[in-house]
Amino acid sequence: MNDLFSFLGYGVRSTDLWMVATAVASSVACGLIGCFLVLRRMSLLGDAISHAILPGLAIAFLMTNSREPLTMLAGALVVGVATALLSAGLSRWGKVPEDAAMGVVFTALFAIGVILITFVASRFDLDPGCVLYGLIELVPFDTINIAGADIPRAFAFLACILIAVTALVTLFYKELKIVSFDPYLATTMGISATLVHYGLMTGVAATCVASFEAVGSILVVTMLVAPGATAHLLTDRLSRMLWISAIVAATSAILGYILAVYFNTSTAGMISTVALGLFIAAVFLAPRHGWLSKQTRRLALALRITQEDVLGLLYRWQEQLPTARNPHPPTAREVLDATHSGWMGRLSLALLARRGLLTRTADALSPTPAGIELARSIVRGHRLWETYLTKHLAADPSRVHSPAHRAEHYLTPGIQASLDRDVATGEDPHGKPIPPQP
Amino acid sequence: MDDLLRLLTLQDSNTRVVLLGTSILGIASAVIGTFAVLRRRSLVGDAVAHASLPGVCIAYFIVGDRNFAAFMLGALVFGIVAAAFVSFVRAATRIKEDAAIAIAIGGFFGLGIVLTRVIQNQPSGNRAGLDSFIFGKAASMVGSDANLILVIAAAVLTTVALFYKEFKVLCFDRDFAASQGWPAMSLDLLLMGLICTCTVVGLPAVGVVLMVSLLVIPPVAARFWTNRLSTMIFIAAAVGGLSGVLGTALSASLPVPEGVTSRGWPTGPLITLVATAFFVISLLFAPRRGLVAEHVRRVSLRRRVQEQNLLRAAFEFAEADSTRQHWTIQDLGVDTAPLGRMRSKGYIERRADSTYQLTPAGHEAAAKVVRAHRLWELFLIEQADIAPDHVDRDADQIEHVLPPELLAELEDRLRETGRLPRGMPLSPHPLRKGVQP
Repeated sequence: MNDLFSFLGYGVRSTDLWMVATAVASSVACGLIGCFLVLRRMSLLGDAISHAILPGLAIAFLMTNSREPLTMLAGALVVGVATALLSAGLSRWGKVPEDAAMGVVFTALFAIGVILITFVASRFDLDPGCVLYGLIELVPFDTINIAGADIPRAFAFLACILIAVTALVTLFYKELKIVSFDPYLATTMGISATLVHYGLMTGVAATCVASFEAVGSILVVTMLVAPGATAHLLTDRLSRMLWISAIVAATSAILGYILAVYFNTSTAGMISTVALGLFIAAVFLAPRHGWLSKQTRRLALALRITQEDVLGLLYRWQEQLPTARNPHPPTAREVLDATHSGWMGRLSLALLARRGLLTRTADALSPTPAGIELARSIVRGHRLWETYLTKHLAADPSRVHSPAHRAEHYLTPGIQASLDRDVATGEDPHGKPIPPQP
Repeated sequence: MDDLLRLLTLQDSNTRVVLLGTSILGIASAVIGTFAVLRRRSLVGDAVAHASLPGVCIAYFIVGDRNFAAFMLGALVFGIVAAAFVSFVRAATRIKEDAAIAIAIGGFFGLGIVLTRVIQNQPSGNRAGLDSFIFGKAASMVGSDANLILVIAAAVLTTVALFYKEFKVLCFDRDFAASQGWPAMSLDLLLMGLICTCTVVGLPAVGVVLMVSLLVIPPVAARFWTNRLSTMIFIAAAVGGLSGVLGTALSASLPVPEGVTSRGWPTGPLITLVATAFFVISLLFAPRRGLVAEHVRRVSLRRRVQEQNLLRAAFEFAEADSTRQHWTIQDLGVDTAPLGRMRSKGYIERRADSTYQLTPAGHEAAAKVVRAHRLWELFLIEQADIAPDHVDRDADQIEHVLPPELLAELEDRLRETGRLPRGMPLSPHPLRKGVQP
């Protein structure tokens, strides 16, 4: 831990800052454009394009025999766009499922790339590994002079890409939004969904290509999707989703870089891992769409229903008391057997007691006046619904209990009043009295 | 040439092992890939393959040596974790499957790279064995590897044979399978498990990316040739097996270009390219779904439509005014493209004054076309309540594809109500110059 803090506190070199800045620029650019990939279900495009870049690099090298960065980028960009177009064409004209079409195209291109690389490897030190992980460690040493300052070339390039992506997203925000959520509406409004689609593909290809040298294709694959998906779990608004995605991407880059230095390992790999970690955290912890909150909502509903079932049971016992042969109040065991015998039932009893709706003695449960009040409303809903079903749907009275048992938990006083006006009777189909509105 | 002969006669025991291994791997992954592609799970294999890297690294940490079986086990465990991750995210959140797969690919592989680098940094660290897991080295396959592939392939194929009917229903109609009381969830998991197993076994031979191609390309190629699952499986297996054999053979026999210092043609990529070649051939030349067949169909339909439009225009031109039995193409106002074809078929002849007329055979053919058109117009007016002045355009679209049985039925209908016109029915709307296509 000491190392970590010493790294944060002092000894931060300008090379570190350049590397972090490069990683952040690349990640945020990917994170912004990736939101639309996630929404449009095109997430695997980044995967396909970043694999297909390999032959583009090799062909560009073979044609020009130089390692001039712009040539390499042009070659990669052409193949990247070609991957997108070929997969789209295959699924459209060849009627191949979209994911399978992508699988065919990028693996074939990758195979061509590996073969070409094998043959030019002696003249061309392009290791497939460095396409995968990138060479962020070398970023600060390859500088260009802009306005009198030495700025790493990769950073300058990625900063341009980031500005371009931000500008495009801001300028075409409305079009991208409509096309992402309702392509048919977009078409009727005169926005060409196809044009936006191909524009997006080109943007993804450009971002992939610009990023791979510094941060590697693995990071691109993750960053195009993970921040956008994380943001999608956290919000329902596109504008917020873009902001959150950018923040998540930047956080992953910074945190990943720090951890990579601390563990002395691959920066790109660590940033990907952090992005995966943040996504998993969102899957479980997101306020509305997270697994935990969904489970909590379900549990709360199940507890409410069990509690109401217990109260309903006690009300019915009290109701038959005047004519009962066995006036002994039910025990906790009996109530649990009739409602929910597991931990949920026991928890419900404890909660009812705490809410002051129930008193428990050693061998008996009895509802308090407040409990009876609540139970009356539930039983009233139950019997009103039974009567309504029998009257209007000609339902067999012996079969209306179980639908009413389910509906009773959702019948608000307003609906109960409407039902009461409609059936206008004081008795349910089984001859039991319908409790009046308290 | 000698090399090729040696190869084809399987004299070289090493080549024999590699050939056997890659072809069996090709067959098994094609069979299981067929279900993966049909179930729209093509790229789950991609996620599984990428996720195996951290598994291999962790196995290395635990066993501490280059132990093939431990690597396999680690890869399998993490492959299953990745597949489970994808399924869980799809089922439990609003995130779609494609995003889940992409995150699994990048995230798990990133973790793998982190661990690889950590291993490298250890004093005794050596990632020789790990690297070949990423890119694959079929040529270094030895007898025990091939045996392992054989055993796993046999297990995978047996499972598929046992659960054939279940997988079939699962792939085409999962809800139906569930409503039949079948454990659709467990079957899905079994299918995923088989994909994982197959992927992990193939990794050392062809590598992460190209393993995906063995799962996806043969089934996609097979799909072009048939609509039957059983046939598709056999074609896919044949494509997969042949790709393995041909790719290995090419890699062993292709001459290495001059000035290249590397060890020669890499096997994995060649297998993928052979499979891709099969795919391209299928895409172009498959009898019914291929692009060439489809193009031929489309062109012949367009020609037929043009020809029939010309015939009908000529017929109606003459019908409207019996004094004009011959015409120039401008009179008709239709596409001139089919004129040459119609003349060579003997339906239209050219007169001395450069005008054209229908031959008796052409008149007969034209009468059929016009009759179909007008019967269909009548049907539309009577049955579909379409106004007579709109009916021409609607009839135009369908008259060219009306089958004879349907025409006969239309006539029967009209005959039953005593309204079948004798000879040629009159046009229900005023005739215009030309035919609007």
